[in-house]
Amino acid sequence: MNGWQTLLYKEILRFWKVAFQTIAGPVLTAMLYLLIFGHALEDHVKVYDQVSYTAFLVPGLAMMSLLQNAFANSSSSLIMSKVMGNLVFILLTPLSYWHWFVAYVGAAVVRGLVVGLGVYAVAAFFTPISFAQPVFIVVFAVLGAAMMGTLGLIAGLWAEKFDQLAAFQNFVVMPMTFLSGVFYSIHSLPAFWQTVSHCNPFFYMIDGLRYGFFGVSDVSPWLSLAVVGGSTLLVFAIGLHLLRIGYKIRS
Amino acid sequence: MPAISFQSISKSYTSPKGPAGSTFLAVDHVSLDIEEGEFFGLLGPNGAGKTTMISMLAGLTRPSGGSVSVLGSDVQRDYAQARRKLGVVPQELVFDPFFNIREALRIQSGYFGVRNNGLWIDELLESLGLADKAQANMRQLSGGMKRRFLVAQALVHKPPVIVLDEPTAGVDVELRQTLWQFIAKLNQQGHTVLLTTHYLEEAEALCGRIAMLKSGRIVALDHTSELLKAASSNVLRFKVDGHLPPELAAQARVTGRIVQFPAKEAVDIERYLAAVRQAGLLAEDVEIRKADLEDVFLDVMQKHAGSQATSQGAAA
Repeated sequence: MNGWQTLLYKEILRFWKVAFQTIAGPVLTAMLYLLIFGHALEDHVKVYDQVSYTAFLVPGLAMMSLLQNAFANSSSSLIMSKVMGNLVFILLTPLSYWHWFVAYVGAAVVRGLVVGLGVYAVAAFFTPISFAQPVFIVVFAVLGAAMMGTLGLIAGLWAEKFDQLAAFQNFVVMPMTFLSGVFYSIHSLPAFWQTVSHCNPFFYMIDGLRYGFFGVSDVSPWLSLAVVGGSTLLVFAIGLHLLRIGYKIRS
Repeated sequence: MPAISFQSISKSYTSPKGPAGSTFLAVDHVSLDIEEGEFFGLLGPNGAGKTTMISMLAGLTRPSGGSVSVLGSDVQRDYAQARRKLGVVPQELVFDPFFNIREALRIQSGYFGVRNNGLWIDELLESLGLADKAQANMRQLSGGMKRRFLVAQALVHKPPVIVLDEPTAGVDVELRQTLWQFIAKLNQQGHTVLLTTHYLEEAEALCGRIAMLKSGRIVALDHTSELLKAASSNVLRFKVDGHLPPELAAQARVTGRIVQFPAKEAVDIERYLAAVRQAGLLAEDVEIRKADLEDVFLDVMQKHAGSQATSQGAAA
C-alpha cells in the first residue's frame, strides 16, 4: 500500500474495530424506526399506490443512516485526532492534501455504504423491496456518502471541541436529514414547507434513492442528480481548499 | 550540503496580551546550519522558540519569513521529500488508542510508502525494549513506554535526520540511558540528530555542537567543548542552613540548601566564604568544581536577560 491507501486503510480499520458501535448501532436504530413507524402508520399512510408504507420507509431510513454515519466517520476521526494530539502523526508524513481528502472521504463513504447496506439487508426481512433503477441507487448512495463525508471533514477541521461538533451534528445534520422526506412524501406537506424542503439538498438525495428503488419520486431524478452532484462538488471544493491551506491543523 | 538548514527563519504570532495588531516574534531571523552526522543540541528556556523552530522544520508551522531545508529539500516547496528525510519525536505523549504498537508502526511506515518493513520494526521494538508489548494497545502502556514508542514511530521510515523534542521529559533514569544508547548508536551510524532538552547534563554528554536560544534568537552557538572552555570560572559549591544576604544571593545560584558561586580566582573563594561567615551562616560540604554546561547556560541567559522579541504592529 502507498501513503494514501494506508491512511484509507487506517480510517476504515478505525471504525471497523468498533463495528458494534459504528455499524450495528445505527442499523439497530434504523430498524427501530422502521418497526415503530411502519407498525403505527402502515394502515394509515399510503404515499405511492403500489408501495406499502413500510417499504416506502426503507430507502429513506437507509439513506438517513448512510448520511449520518458518513458524516460521523470523518468528523469524529478528525476531532478525536485533534483533541488527543495524534493528528501530528499524519501531519509529519509526506501525504498531500489530496491524499488526506481521498482517505478521509473514502473511509466515510465505505462506512456510510456499509451502514446503508446493513439497514437494507435487515429491512428486507420485514418487507419486500424492489430495485427499479439500480444505477440510481448506487449513484445517489455514493454521492450522498461522499458529500456527507466531506461535510464531516469540514466540520472536523473547524471544530476544536467535541461540543462544537455535537452542535453541528444536532442542529444542522440531524434536522436536515429528518426534514428531508424520510418518513413522508413532501406532497403531503403544506405549500410553504414543500418550498422549504426543496431547498434542502438531503431531500434530493433521499428522493433520488427512492426513485432507484421504486421508479417513482416526488421530483425528477435528474433534478435530484443535478442538485446532489452540484452540492457534492461544492463541498468537495471547500474541503479540498481547507486541507490545502491546513485550516486549523497547520499554524 | 547541511542536514538541516535554517535561513533567516522567523515566525510571528498575534500577541494575545498586547494591543490589537501587535505581534510576537517567537523566532527572530535565525540562521543555522547543522551538518550531516552531527549530534546537535538546541537549548533555551521555556518560550525561547525551540519547539517553534522544530515545528517549522517538520512542516507543522509555516514560517513568517526565511526558509528551512532538510538535506537540500525545502520543507515548504518540496515538503514530501523533506518529510521523508525527517523523523520527529514530538514533545507531547500522544498516541492513537485504536491500535496496538505493531499496527501503529506498520501504519506509520505505510504513510511514507515503506512496504515490507517488518524486520526493521522488529529491530526497533527490540532495541527500544518494546518487543514484548508489540501487541499491547497504546492505552495499556506506561508513560515511559509511550515515549519509546514515539521514538520507534519517528524512526520507522529510516530517516537520515532525527529530531528529538525533549524526549526524556518525565522519563526515569534507566529508560533515559536505554534511549540515549540507542540514539547515540544511530548517530554513530551516520544519522544526524537534533535534540532539544532541559536536561543540560544530557546535552553536554551527547551533543557535539550546541545553540542556545533566547527570545527567538541564537545567543550562543559553538562546539560543546568550546562553550565549556569559554566558561572562565570554576564554581564554589556549598550548603547552608538559612538565607544569604540579598547582595550575596544576587551573585549566587541557589537551589534549596545548595549555593553556587562563579569563582575565577582563589581570592573569590575566600571572599564568598568570608561573606557567608559574616552573615552568621555555616558553609558545609564545600567543594570547588569545573563549570558545566548548566553554568554556561545560566551565564549566557543572564547576559541576554534584557533582550526583547516583541514588536508592536510588525508585519508578519
